[in-house]
Amino acid sequence: MSRTLLLGAALSGIVLIAALLSFAWTPYAVDGMAIPNRLQPPSGAHLLGTDHFGRDILSMLMVGARTSIAVALVAVGIGMGLGVPLGLAAAARHGGWLDEVIMRGNDLVFAFPSLVIAILITAIAGPSAVNAIIAIGIFNIPVFARLTRGAALSIWAREFIMAARVAGKGRARISVEHILPNVTNLLIVQGTIQFSLGILAEAGLSYVGLGAQPPVPSWGRMLADAQTMVALAPHVALMPGLAIVATVLGLNLLGDGLRDALDPRLKTVRR
Amino acid sequence: MFRRTLTALALCASPALAQQTDLTLALQLEPPHLDPTSAAAGAIDSVLYGNVFEGLTRFAADGSVEPALAESWEIGEDGTTYTFTLREGVRFHDGTAMDAEDVKFSLDRARAEDSVNAQKALFEGISEVTVVDPRTVEVRLSQPDGNFLFNMAWGDAVIVAPESIENIKQAPVGTGPFTFTEWVQGDRIELARNADYWGEAPALEAATFKFISDPTAAFAAMMAQDIDAFAGYPAPENLPQFEVDPRFQVIVGSTEGETILAMNNAEPPFDDPEVREAVAHAIDRQAIIDGAMFGQGTPIGTHFAPRNPDYVDLTGLSNYDPELARQLLADAGHGEGISTTLKLPPPSYARRGGEIIAAQLREVGIETRITNLEWAQWLEEVFRGKDFGLTIVSHTEPFDIGIYARPDYYFQYDNPDFQALMTDLTATTDPATRSEMIAEAQTMIAEDYVNAFLFQLAYPTVADARLTGLWENQPTQANPLGGVSWTE
Repeated sequence: MSRTLLLGAALSGIVLIAALLSFAWTPYAVDGMAIPNRLQPPSGAHLLGTDHFGRDILSMLMVGARTSIAVALVAVGIGMGLGVPLGLAAAARHGGWLDEVIMRGNDLVFAFPSLVIAILITAIAGPSAVNAIIAIGIFNIPVFARLTRGAALSIWAREFIMAARVAGKGRARISVEHILPNVTNLLIVQGTIQFSLGILAEAGLSYVGLGAQPPVPSWGRMLADAQTMVALAPHVALMPGLAIVATVLGLNLLGDGLRDALDPRLKTVRR
Repeated sequence: MFRRTLTALALCASPALAQQTDLTLALQLEPPHLDPTSAAAGAIDSVLYGNVFEGLTRFAADGSVEPALAESWEIGEDGTTYTFTLREGVRFHDGTAMDAEDVKFSLDRARAEDSVNAQKALFEGISEVTVVDPRTVEVRLSQPDGNFLFNMAWGDAVIVAPESIENIKQAPVGTGPFTFTEWVQGDRIELARNADYWGEAPALEAATFKFISDPTAAFAAMMAQDIDAFAGYPAPENLPQFEVDPRFQVIVGSTEGETILAMNNAEPPFDDPEVREAVAHAIDRQAIIDGAMFGQGTPIGTHFAPRNPDYVDLTGLSNYDPELARQLLADAGHGEGISTTLKLPPPSYARRGGEIIAAQLREVGIETRITNLEWAQWLEEVFRGKDFGLTIVSHTEPFDIGIYARPDYYFQYDNPDFQALMTDLTATTDPATRSEMIAEAQTMIAEDYVNAFLFQLAYPTVADARLTGLWENQPTQANPLGGVSWTE
């Protein structure tokens, strides 16, 4: 295993464990306000300090990780669940009308600035974590559709596919039984990258007030709440900022590491 | 090297420079247009009141009512006739004379059937306005009104001219110490000294009102001294930093802003006074003042400004007592708890205060669903649509306890006794009796727990240390710059 993969897995793992742990235990209750105790710097009692309501920042980050991961996970799920079948279908009918329709549809979605559309969706349907998921998810669809189609096309040209066709397998069956397993490694790598982008997008949306609503903690809103207090208590803004950096960095390293580990061509070059 | 020499030169030159005669004052909200007589937006008065427009009377910095365009007045025996003598030689900024005809025009326009004045109630009592001669105007009331001179000081009652009324929303023409020069929408409004002003000439030659809505940008602009002062500074957490900085002064004044947790009195569960009482006891005011406003604010127990001599301290009626709140909820048949909405407009007193209140209410079993709204949405959904359970807002109009006599007002408090009391109050002119009635009104709404009364909004102004004459308090929403000057 490469060092990149290890570091990425470790960073992502810490965040994931913190999020899972928060279901059972957090150092303090996240909605436990203690106004007289506000803006405390990191100390033994509060490892990462307290925010402007005297809430424990570590506890909020742990529960906030849950929000971030849930939003990003479901958004990637939407992207994969719809994008991969679309990509497979387009590749199976390469050059046909279905291919054209799907790919031009993708171009259409790509042409919109994603954050602006996300703001539009939440402005119409009201700000909530669910709407943030939908907004981020929609923009994951063309990413996966294109990737799948591109990779699938190169596999469709291989001899073993020819053999399968000669043996009488239909296009749909070949797509599922032979193409899909051969593009999975790519999807996993792309999924990791999209996951990190999803976390970033969720932080961005809740920063402008369009993500998860209070009292559900979210990293982006913690940043937004803290910004006028940067000079007063820098840790309040620093902690959620570092959490976002660490998570996105970890997932990107994990994605890179996975690509190196899963791609047979790169592997032979390294050795 | 060359640049360094220039800087050195500039540094040497600066003490020799003439005294600064212009001022850039920042505000958080930009006016939607510039006609104070046709919109409720306080932001219009914040820029124009006492600067461009004046009324027959005006509010002084301490909230008292003093003569403005009317030099003096006589009140008839029965209290229904006011004869105003206008100041001599007052001219509008377009050069036309301000006379009795203009006063008649302004008052008739405000009280007309099709008037869009946001405070038509101020003019309701007027039955006739008569021009006696160019400097004398007689106003007849349908019944004695102890508040009439106070009403005429409002920004909604300023004197405008028929010659310039058409373009008033874009190019306001008044009689004040400053003339309107330019409005760059989304950025600033510029005013210039009125050389023909009837009163004492202002020290400033020019003034710019700059609009900065984002608290972080406000902090940056103030620190960089891009602006000379910020009236109504939006981030109380930054005040200590300005206080220790010798370049600045921090003035914390009071406002007429009663900040309340408004409850929808017409709909369950808040149509039940017992539930409202429970909410009132569930709230810890000091925690909200400290947590949301960083200590800036005075607790209130009713809808009245504490600095008013007639204020009655009723905070004891709704002291923080979560045990009692739980008990009251159980008695009202809500032992299993309540679920409701909490809709919050943008200011930090509402957004931050809302999070604290939600946590405090959760303690006693009231679950709130927080929705953050922009001002336009809030006005549409809550203020006009009355679609809310709870909301937080600051009522910044002076002496506005009368809103509790309006059953169609957004919190929909409908109490005939209170309405009768308000009608009697309007007809009463004796100050002692009025004080008693005002105290009774305050007690009535506090005992009915119409809303949860939180705190009186503080009004922090951060200004360059060399500025003097800025209004400390906000008896009405206004920033008159006539008396502002630079000292060295």
